[in-house]
Amino acid sequence: MKYQSQKVAFWYFGAAMALFAIQVLVGAIMGYIYVAPNFMSELIPFNIFRMLHTNALIVWLLLGFFGAAYYLIPEEAERDIESPMLAYGQLILLVVGTLGAVLTYVFNFAEGNVVFGQQGREFLEQPLWVKLGIIVAALVFLYNITMTVLKGRKTAVSNVLLLGLWGVALFFLFSLYNPGNLSLDKMYWWYVVHIWVEGVWELVMAAILAFLMLKLTGIDREIIEKWIYAIVALALFTGLLGTGHHYYWIGTPGYWQWIGSVFSALEIVPFLAMVVFAFMMVWKGGRDHPNKAAVLWALGSTVLAFFGAGVWGFMHTLAPVNFYSHGTQITAAHGHLAFFGAYVSMNLAMITYAMPYLRKSEPYNQISNMISFWLMAGGMSFMTITLTFAGIIQTHLQRVNGEDFMSVQEQLGVFYWMRLGSGIVFVIGALLFIYATFGPKKVRA
Amino acid sequence: MQTKSAARNIFYGGSLFFLVIFIGLTANSHKYIRNTSTNAETLNESVVRGKRIWERKACINCHTILGEGAYYAPELGNVFVRYGGKDDAQGAKDAIKAWMQAQPSGIEGRRQMPDFKLTDPELEDLANFLEWVSTIDTQGWPPTDAG
Repeated sequence: MKYQSQKVAFWYFGAAMALFAIQVLVGAIMGYIYVAPNFMSELIPFNIFRMLHTNALIVWLLLGFFGAAYYLIPEEAERDIESPMLAYGQLILLVVGTLGAVLTYVFNFAEGNVVFGQQGREFLEQPLWVKLGIIVAALVFLYNITMTVLKGRKTAVSNVLLLGLWGVALFFLFSLYNPGNLSLDKMYWWYVVHIWVEGVWELVMAAILAFLMLKLTGIDREIIEKWIYAIVALALFTGLLGTGHHYYWIGTPGYWQWIGSVFSALEIVPFLAMVVFAFMMVWKGGRDHPNKAAVLWALGSTVLAFFGAGVWGFMHTLAPVNFYSHGTQITAAHGHLAFFGAYVSMNLAMITYAMPYLRKSEPYNQISNMISFWLMAGGMSFMTITLTFAGIIQTHLQRVNGEDFMSVQEQLGVFYWMRLGSGIVFVIGALLFIYATFGPKKVRA
Repeated sequence: MQTKSAARNIFYGGSLFFLVIFIGLTANSHKYIRNTSTNAETLNESVVRGKRIWERKACINCHTILGEGAYYAPELGNVFVRYGGKDDAQGAKDAIKAWMQAQPSGIEGRRQMPDFKLTDPELEDLANFLEWVSTIDTQGWPPTDAG
């Protein structure tokens, strides 16, 4: 840690990991409800757990991104953060908003209220006041980081990271638009959801990966920055029109079946490029960085993202395939591995890299951390495969044979049991990770 | 240095190019939804009220609608069709309302839908919303009435 103000990142990572723990525990409960559906059904119904599961994920990934930015921007810009006070204020705002959202979901108070009521569109359920709070927090963040970069050294890494985070804030504004026409609602809803996860978030991911490669491999900055521009170019060239793969069956024109199929099929390319980039840098760099766990997470992230987002995405993205598979457990399988590989793992890579510096020690608990990688990667891969099998059977029975949804689901029990098992392995891995990074540290020799 | 600035310029220029195309196609799709694929005349206040009920009860976090949602409970974009609404609209709406009022089933080992305690006018709005959604031109999706 070269700059005192980087310390801000510690609190962002801490808040992120607290939400990560909540997210995976709620996930395990939901996995149990799938096999024992009466569990808690009168107390907290499934839909409330689902809101907690997805929202906790989204917020903690964003907290992780903000923390990563506060950690890496000073080193890139070669100066302290413009205002650490603002950074702490932003975090408090986000934590208050998160708690507000949780209470709103669980108790559904102020139902129907324009400002305080839960808004009920998938992933964007936050009440209006929380959404506005998120926007204010984003503006504070962007001001803080942009000023830091403008007054300091400008690099491709900070450039791409900033552009990605400006995009996050800009496209989030579409969450405020909710027309009465469901088709219009859905079309613009994807402006937030797709353009975040298959657009601007990839910029953030690539920037963090590039920063880690700079630090972990010692490869020349010039080479790394060339790669990063190529990767993010591929991401946006394919990802923007790739939004079309969500516009097949929601009332949008038929031409999206062509545009969506072609461009989203190519969305695998930037993920492949990230794999090639990361492995080549580590291989050519030849630096034996002491933080082996960070290297493992960075490399692992690119591979898991390639399979989860790339391969599993491609599997059901072509319109004639998607016609049958759309909205089945195949989608759930893809969603889990894609988010874990691309965004969870890259965040954990950054946290693994930064925590020893933030806590002023040598890399510690490397073995536990690396075991947690294999538990999480293994658990999530197995979960993805069980859900894929469930999804294939569901697609055939329901979408080809036309069997009733619930009677199909009742035939999938064995897969949901296996999913629960792999989920529990994942939870153990996640808790072990948090222990390994935030638990007792080795004293500097 | 040169290849890096070339890569950067391709990134900026290309992204802008694809963004402009994307926005243009969205504008076209916006018009298409307004004029062609959805019925503006039947999109009345009751349907919109029904949509708000759908949202504030977080229905999408169990069900799917046009394939998007939580995959835990049945697809509802075509539930009106599944309940025979094409031949008997009132019958399908009544069946949807009766289903809502019969929840939770309490059957052991079966997924439970909560009792949302909707009033009769609210049930009517929700049923109208589901009827309207079933009229959207979805390019033939879903492949079967099972949703």
